[in-house]
Amino acid sequence: MTIDYTDDDQLLRVSLGPQHPSTHGVFRMNVVLDGETVVSLKSVFGYLHRNHEKIAESVTYLSSMPYTDRLDYICPLTNNWALAHAVEKLAGIEVPERAEFIRVITAELTRLINHTAFMGFILGDMGAWGSALMYAFREREKILDLFEDLTGARMMSNFMRYGGCRNDLPAGWADRCSKVVDDYGPFLDELEKFLVGNEILLARTQDVGQLPQKTLINGGITGPMLRAAGVNYDIRKVEPYGIYDRFDFRIPLGVKGDCYDRIMIRFLEMRESLKILRQALDQLPAGDYIHPKAKIRNFKPPVGEAYARIEGPKGELGFHLISDGTVNPFRYRIRPPSFINLTLLEDMCLGLDLADVVIILGSVDIVLGEVDR
Amino acid sequence: MSTEKTIDRLSAPPKPGRWIMPGLGLIQGLVISGKNAIQSYYKKDRMTTIQYPEQRAVISPNFRNFPFLCYDGDAATGLRCTACSICENECPPQCIYIVLERDENGKSLKRPKVFDIDISVCMNCGICAEVCPFDSIYMDGEYEMSTDDRFGGLMLGLDRLAKSAEYHMKLRPEEASAVMAKRKAEEEKKAAAAAAKAAKAKADLEAKAKAAAEAKAQADTEQKGESA
Repeated sequence: MTIDYTDDDQLLRVSLGPQHPSTHGVFRMNVVLDGETVVSLKSVFGYLHRNHEKIAESVTYLSSMPYTDRLDYICPLTNNWALAHAVEKLAGIEVPERAEFIRVITAELTRLINHTAFMGFILGDMGAWGSALMYAFREREKILDLFEDLTGARMMSNFMRYGGCRNDLPAGWADRCSKVVDDYGPFLDELEKFLVGNEILLARTQDVGQLPQKTLINGGITGPMLRAAGVNYDIRKVEPYGIYDRFDFRIPLGVKGDCYDRIMIRFLEMRESLKILRQALDQLPAGDYIHPKAKIRNFKPPVGEAYARIEGPKGELGFHLISDGTVNPFRYRIRPPSFINLTLLEDMCLGLDLADVVIILGSVDIVLGEVDR
Repeated sequence: MSTEKTIDRLSAPPKPGRWIMPGLGLIQGLVISGKNAIQSYYKKDRMTTIQYPEQRAVISPNFRNFPFLCYDGDAATGLRCTACSICENECPPQCIYIVLERDENGKSLKRPKVFDIDISVCMNCGICAEVCPFDSIYMDGEYEMSTDDRFGGLMLGLDRLAKSAEYHMKLRPEEASAVMAKRKAEEEKKAAAAAAKAAKAKADLEAKAKAAAEAKAQADTEQKGESA
């Protein structure tokens, strides 16, 4: 979609960013305004480019794992899982049952972190710096403490291995985790009451940034953004990976696909995540956390090609690997959900006010580490 | 069972027939933030501020920061590192630099002459510790490492990297005792193997001597027979 405009002196050109006050990262939008209405929006990114895909071709498969932590640094464990899933598909490695449970638990905790932090960020975009973000980060810190004990780092976890996980759950971890999961429901109730009844939030998010389902599907949009528009597409259900087919959970769907639905869908997804977590923690079996024959050092998958995807908190996160039988991948390609969800930014913003642009950018839920790679 | 669940939408202008006082949501939000503000003064789990240099947070023993090299006994001779360069090759940001020490004939002494880790490059991933087959390199929990010398101060050489096995035991008792038990078992196995080898060599030697003696005796008897 484009808006025709005559290029005369009446238009105002605004460069939003690269140091954007809502700090989604170093991202720049060149906006052309006619009065207060956006008539053109061109995004400029690449400020955070780190050459991850090319570096991965010159380091071993194992050495790529810590780099994936830095893709979407809010949720490193799902990134780890996506790469491990792709390499396991490439090399045909089995994963023990306990490792699959640990992966599901960490991935769903990551989804909680991501969506909770999103609530804080989007309120920041609306000008409500402080309370919502602080409440969100207070709860996030509890999960990060769990991650620190399990993986050794709060955010840069480097936890998954090809054939399992790096280490087993520390003593008492599962109990602490179930306490955090039990406390999370009341927190979500409070946060929902805090935000969703708020008239300012309703006025600013409802009917903002809608797109038809067709456009979203054609644009390759995935994740909560697509489901907020009512498209029932979640890889955990469509193409179950790991052991997701064993759990009882539902996929929340939105009605209109505006920013309000995008916020609400994340609340509902968090509740479904809590459901999965409770089931996974109850059923956690004993056993190996890594396949006994998994190779850590000098790992060489057979010649071949594989694309594997998982449902990351932001959408479909996929890794495409081509192996030539050596220790380094021949080609290593990431399908980042943040980047592809961002491609329809202009279509969502045209015809709206400048103030809406910031909320729409926030509702896409991007992390620039993943957009620029 | 359906897999879907649809959002109940609250509409911004209330639907006719469902009159809501404008601003009620705002007041509700204020009540919640007020509650949180008050709780932060008396609830134990809300009072999370730590007066840092005087008080310290309890950090998980699994926390990893930068690597260190483990030695048994004496720092100069007891290093477990054999300068095999596996960690150097596996290190994702390539921040490890190792030179093998050799004697004057160029024979490897199986210990590092130079072992440098540039912690301004290190990404704290822990892969070096994971791949080390000699139980030599581990991740440290030390975090107060700020320095005003950003080149020399962040380049850790052997003098700053080498830490004793006791330090490791104090840092992560579980892991360290497992490693010690494994090393002890290996050493015993090695000693047993060496003893067995020595015994075998001795037995071989004895057998040889015996065979030689027998051969000599036989030759003697034969000689005797011939002469007779």
